Amino acid sequence: MTVNNRPGVLNRITGLFTKRHYNIESITVGHTEIEGVSRMTFVVNVDDERTAEQIIKQLNKQIDVLKVNDITDQAIVARELALIKVAAPPAVRQEIYTLIEPFRASIVDVSKDSLVIQVTGEPEKVEALIELLRPYGIKEVARTGTTAFTRGAQKATTNQKTAFII
Amino acid sequence: MTKMKVEEQEKARTKARMSGSLMLIEALKEEKVEVIFGYPGGAVLPLYDELYKAGVFHVLTRHEQGAIHAAEGYARISGKPGVVIATSGPGATNIVTGLTDAMMDSLPLVVFTGQVATSVIGSDAFQEADVVGITMPITKHNYQVRDISELPRIIKEAFHIATTGRPGPVLIDIPKDITTAEGEFDYDQDVHLPGYQPTTQPNHWQIRRLVEAVSQSKRPVILAGAGVLHANASNELRQYAEQQNIPVIHTLLGLGGFPADHPLFLGMAGMHGTYTANMALCECDLLINIGARFDDRVTGNLNYFAPKATVAHIDIDPAEIGKNVPTKIPIVSDAKAALQELIAQQGKPADTAAWLEQLDEWKRRFPLHYEPEAGTIKPQKLIEMIYEMTNGEAIVTTDVGQHQMWAAQYYKFNRPHRWVTSGGLGTMGFGLPAAIGAQLADRSATVVSIVGDGGFQMTFQELSVIQELGLPIKIVIVNNQALGMVRQWQELFYEKRYSHSLIPNQPDFVKLAEAYGIPGLRAKTEAEAAEVLKQAFAMDGPVLLDFHVRADENVYPMVAPGKGLHEMVGVKACEELSR
Repeated sequence: MTVNNRPGVLNRITGLFTKRHYNIESITVGHTEIEGVSRMTFVVNVDDERTAEQIIKQLNKQIDVLKVNDITDQAIVARELALIKVAAPPAVRQEIYTLIEPFRASIVDVSKDSLVIQVTGEPEKVEALIELLRPYGIKEVARTGTTAFTRGAQKATTNQKTAFII
Repeated sequence: MTKMKVEEQEKARTKARMSGSLMLIEALKEEKVEVIFGYPGGAVLPLYDELYKAGVFHVLTRHEQGAIHAAEGYARISGKPGVVIATSGPGATNIVTGLTDAMMDSLPLVVFTGQVATSVIGSDAFQEADVVGITMPITKHNYQVRDISELPRIIKEAFHIATTGRPGPVLIDIPKDITTAEGEFDYDQDVHLPGYQPTTQPNHWQIRRLVEAVSQSKRPVILAGAGVLHANASNELRQYAEQQNIPVIHTLLGLGGFPADHPLFLGMAGMHGTYTANMALCECDLLINIGARFDDRVTGNLNYFAPKATVAHIDIDPAEIGKNVPTKIPIVSDAKAALQELIAQQGKPADTAAWLEQLDEWKRRFPLHYEPEAGTIKPQKLIEMIYEMTNGEAIVTTDVGQHQMWAAQYYKFNRPHRWVTSGGLGTMGFGLPAAIGAQLADRSATVVSIVGDGGFQMTFQELSVIQELGLPIKIVIVNNQALGMVRQWQELFYEKRYSHSLIPNQPDFVKLAEAYGIPGLRAKTEAEAAEVLKQAFAMDGPVLLDFHVRADENVYPMVAPGKGLHEMVGVKACEELSR
């Protein structure tokens, strides 16, 4: 969804979600290539098509909302970044290095008994890495939430996402 | 002066440098605002100083809530935006109810609130409130002016947004330093809102689908709401209904859109709707909603609503279509444009002869009824007497509750824009201040403000304004010494435990009116009522009438909460009636 980058616009949108009892799974906001226009990406879990349609219509009624796109059933690029601080005494460090490698995650901070791992990818991938690291003792996790847009070419897609993304 | 010179002067004026306060005055002139409803205070002192100098017609209500309800009444009758000014903090929070009311009932308002200076915003300054935050969900849009250069554009956008598409309230919060800052006043600019492009013309294909559906239906019905009134489409509605032989039902707010005495009219639908209207909704095979939003008070339990019908919905707000009721034929459009298109199609009318016969039979057998009783005033009878006294021509304003429902049932509106009531929000205290705005919008109209004794006590300080301006409003208190609708629900659903709904301890309303310099009259029997009504309507100025009505009277028919429309109670066949 693209919006005018005006004061309070995020408040308008989240207020609308609260008022109409829609639960936001995640939300990301940032500038776009156009000055004064921001992109917001929401992940919202809804029960049915009708609710999804209502959300989009209600968002469209906002004066500062320029365009809303439901990309749940489209070919999309979706990415999330997570920072994971995990307990890592010297004895298990090597093991952790090996474990995160297939995820193309990187170590961004090292201290005496912990590591901070940065991972980027689809939310499922981030989820999977967190689960793998859990046995070592996760101290903190910070996730950005998903940001996304549609791919350049739209093929018939087999995307099986349950979450509804706009 | 030559035409060119006039244009030049005009241009010079619109580009002149001036203070924010003066800009506001100039913008209101450009928008041809006739009246402002407001209340001064610290943050709007510079603005009020300019108002003083400019000699703009400003109505000082005695409470900000009165100002905004008056603006709503004005907007409802005139079709033009109501303009309100309130100061920061408490001034602004006092208009919250009115904003919500206007939002729910789609009334165009442009509301200006003062704000503390930009340098102290966020410091919990004296009379500071986060008005933009507070009013975000209850306005169509709102602004806080952060720089003087934005002010003309924002005011222009506000009027545009309030009055186009689905109308609604727009609020502009102006910090005090902005009202004194100087800038260039350029009002000659186009509104540029890429995120706001209301659809006003119907989709041709959907219109064709509706024409087709009508031609095949046997039991079609039109449910018309206030959208018809906003679009000034009463004539088109009548033309279309007559062309296609389709009966018409109104929502509470739609009353007057279709003549009540028309043979195709079935009455109001919903919780206190007529038997015929509600049964028509249950039995119809095609339901054409024009400018109504399928409010729960209209539909009753959605599981039983219009179970046999294909639903078509014409609405200027796409979000209303399919929100509550699954809709087969969605038409996003202004009601007038859609009706004109439908009329022009000259589709094959539905064969509704048998259906209309059935409806007529219901109308005849199950009319609205009440038991007349000598020696008291039946509230329904009171409304009928007012109807007769005013030849059905009056502007009627109400609060919410029993008196509102009786007014809706027994005052037969044959003309549009005569009915001012708080529908969606159901605001007590709405009727009296709304009458002030209504009378100012139509000076020659007879305005009757029908209020309950409960609601009247919420905003009666506005009697001052009525007296001051000499507005000839007839104030009718339907006095049952109770919060009648609450009492009715407690009687029906809480085993007559009248928890805090009986208010026999009340002021002498006649003396109260006299204290405000307004004559007051009282009646306790039907004969007295007839006499005081005669006196009241013979008077030129305002008058307050205190009618002590039968206190335990209930509003019927009634669809209990959670029930379907077919489960109305309090319906009697005419042969069972005593008269």
